[in-house]
Amino acid sequence: MKVTVRIWRQDGPQAEGALKDYELDDISEDMSFLEMLDVLNERLIARGEEPVAFDSDCREGICGMCGLMINGEAHGPVRTTTCQLHMRSFADGDVITVEPWRADPFPVIKDLVVDRSAFDRIIQAGGFISVNTGAAPEAHSTPVPKENADRAFMAAECIGCGACVAACPNASAMLFMGAKVTHLGELPQGQPERDARVVSMVAQHDAEGFGGCTNLGECSRACPKGIPLNVISQMNADLRRAKRHGK
Amino acid sequence: MTDTLIEGLYREGAPIRDTKAPPGDITKKWETRKFEAALVNPANRRKLTVIIVGTGLAGASAAATLGEQGYNVKSFCYQDSPRRAHSIAAQGGINAAKNYKGDGDSVFRLFYDTVKGGDYRSRESNVYRLAEVSANIIDQCVAQGVPFAREYGGLLDNRSFGGVQVSRTFYARGQTGQQLLLGAYQALERQVAAGTVQMFARHEMLELIVADGRARGIVARDLVTGEIEVHLADAVVLASGGYGNVFFLSTNAMGSNVTATWRAHRKGAYFGNPCFTQIHPTCIPVTGTHQSKLTLMSESLRNDGRIWVPKRREDCDKDPREIPDEDRDYYLERIYPAFGNLVPRDIASRQAKNVCDEGRGVGPMVGDFRRGVYLDFADAIARLGEDAVRAKYGNLFDMYQQITGENPYEVPMRIYPAVHYTMGGLWVDYDLESTIPGLFVAGEANFSDHGANRLGASALMQGLADGYFVLPNTIRDYLAKGPYPKLDDNDPAVVEARQEVESRVNRLLSINGERSVDSFHRELGNIMWEYCGMERTEEGLRKGIDLIRALRDEFWRNVRVLGSADTLNQSLEKAGRVADFLELGELMCIDALHRRESCGGHFRAESQTEDGEALRHDDEFAYVAAWEWGGEGQPPILHKEPLVYENIELKQRSYK
Repeated sequence: MKVTVRIWRQDGPQAEGALKDYELDDISEDMSFLEMLDVLNERLIARGEEPVAFDSDCREGICGMCGLMINGEAHGPVRTTTCQLHMRSFADGDVITVEPWRADPFPVIKDLVVDRSAFDRIIQAGGFISVNTGAAPEAHSTPVPKENADRAFMAAECIGCGACVAACPNASAMLFMGAKVTHLGELPQGQPERDARVVSMVAQHDAEGFGGCTNLGECSRACPKGIPLNVISQMNADLRRAKRHGK
Repeated sequence: MTDTLIEGLYREGAPIRDTKAPPGDITKKWETRKFEAALVNPANRRKLTVIIVGTGLAGASAAATLGEQGYNVKSFCYQDSPRRAHSIAAQGGINAAKNYKGDGDSVFRLFYDTVKGGDYRSRESNVYRLAEVSANIIDQCVAQGVPFAREYGGLLDNRSFGGVQVSRTFYARGQTGQQLLLGAYQALERQVAAGTVQMFARHEMLELIVADGRARGIVARDLVTGEIEVHLADAVVLASGGYGNVFFLSTNAMGSNVTATWRAHRKGAYFGNPCFTQIHPTCIPVTGTHQSKLTLMSESLRNDGRIWVPKRREDCDKDPREIPDEDRDYYLERIYPAFGNLVPRDIASRQAKNVCDEGRGVGPMVGDFRRGVYLDFADAIARLGEDAVRAKYGNLFDMYQQITGENPYEVPMRIYPAVHYTMGGLWVDYDLESTIPGLFVAGEANFSDHGANRLGASALMQGLADGYFVLPNTIRDYLAKGPYPKLDDNDPAVVEARQEVESRVNRLLSINGERSVDSFHRELGNIMWEYCGMERTEEGLRKGIDLIRALRDEFWRNVRVLGSADTLNQSLEKAGRVADFLELGELMCIDALHRRESCGGHFRAESQTEDGEALRHDDEFAYVAAWEWGGEGQPPILHKEPLVYENIELKQRSYK
């Protein structure tokens, strides 16, 4: 198939960027979207032009490293990661616009590569259970109802790709944060730090410059792992609970 | 060392006699070692710096644990966040000898299964310890909030996995690696917040600093600014993963590389059993030349899926649902009635290759063959219902459908073997210390526990065992024996290492040849798959070595790396990695050539039983091949570590 890719090129964090068109006329439908970009990069190198910088690593939808705005949608038209999107989702002759995640807290490093270290700092603020190595009790000493374990798992599936932020008109990271608060809050092991966790993570979220949630639900619709919007309700409930407890 | 050049390819040096495991009863060794390892006073720990390269299960767990203990830790990863290390992609599960099912499991059985599964080419003392600490890992992870699968009573669920007959595998749907890694990542970030761990994401180690014979730091490149940085320490840990990407197509991540360990090898760390690579039987088949990676489908699928090909070649392009049962060959169930579809990975892979080589493969023609076999869930769906199958394997089925465009609930999956894991790695002793004092190696990056073949659900176990429980107990002994003299950036060893990196970067950028880095990498991968893949021959390996040498030569004359050194430059990153793969590939072929036996994932066509099974030669090859770098353009030097089996009797493996 033949496609035109219109790609955001930007030399560095301070440089001006612009969209640039590239024509590709022999793309296979079985290629993944990133393999299509690989093909483009090989052509660019052959022509002596610098290849397009973009992030990807596992290319099996789990590491969260890849992430592009494709025709204005985070990860493109299918609800999956960019690496799992295939060219069969596009039509012959399509013009495909490719941009980096758009959000102030995710500054552009180069071309399609952004800095998402704000997510790590939100986790540092409290997205963990404090247990030193060797201090753990026997695993079966605390049974966890299957229902809670399953919900914790569902929330823990978040891959930290940042699509939720990119899709949100407010650049809110509340789906990301709510997923972690829900994961740990569903488990008995997560209870002792439950109040402190949510207060501290929310404070860090705001300090990073992420916006507030206005219940549009774009985040959840863009989430490749299908994290539901109710993790944000959970986070809000936990935050109110913490305030009641004077945290 | 002998001066004689053996096979025209290598020399032989002194054997390795001491692995530093305490003598005596295998069940007491670890306790003894932990007791005898010297302690570091808590007040002194913050004065000691440990560098850890890699943030997968081994690296993140080691960094978190050493941070908790109060050491000053510097952690490095090339990804934008430590949470993205490729451990995250492990699907199936993690083994532990908990015996929660009461089905006769024990530490000794896990130890036995792992040694047998590794085809008797691993070291007893290390494997026993692995089995011993396995149960602690589950406790630790549960306490961290890892959401393992549970039964309705609230207790942890287990499943069985290839190569064993007990259910000892803990899992979190098909995302066990992700959940375990996030547990370790969160523990690591907790230490970053506490100030004990300093995190260097988007940094790549490009050289090891060795001063006075000890590992004292690394030279790293900041991948965003391009700056070459020196980081000094009292000890260095490499937890940088495996080298499967030498094959270009593998289940590894795009960035997975051998550079950290290969640079250390060139500085004196021996490389153990480099030819032992694992070809995983259940991956999605190759579809075309554009392909950038292969995707694995968890081996846990073999619990409920049945593997078959048509009995007759002429049925191979039919709709599989229209082929009646009597015309199907469930070849694993036929050849191995006791283990059936659950035979170890190496056997399942080779048999898949055999049936495809016979012309009975399925799926599209790739080259002259159809390279695929069916993995069929029709019986499981009939027995358990579609919902139950979805609950167990839903995400894997979705992934398969996403990639192939076919619905595996209706049409059997097609699978084919792909390079997945490297059992070889830097040689380490019982303390996980390499032949360079102060350089420790953990997880897939070392060679230690899996012998010639790794059993399913054992990589996660080993990574976390090394990082949480082994390394923190052994590295303290090394640190307590210090303090080692202070080093600064002007030390000749530091200056030299930095200059080596700078000149290499400049050289790569100045060649300005005709071919892209990827084109070299792809060609190297084809050579490795063809001549050092699932079946190896004397003739093929010699040819492979010649081809790799010629390709390496061309690379340094004709590679084209555009852009500059002082920005994010992904071509430059790849070029450095491929340059190291081009050296490693040759050593893998030499190792495979010298080992004239078949064992585990290493199948030499010249060494097989009458019915085509791998034939070991314990009299000649019951040793670890630890290779020393011989110098630029010089042959490598082989050191043999004899493998002594005191607790397990050596047998030819049988899964029939």
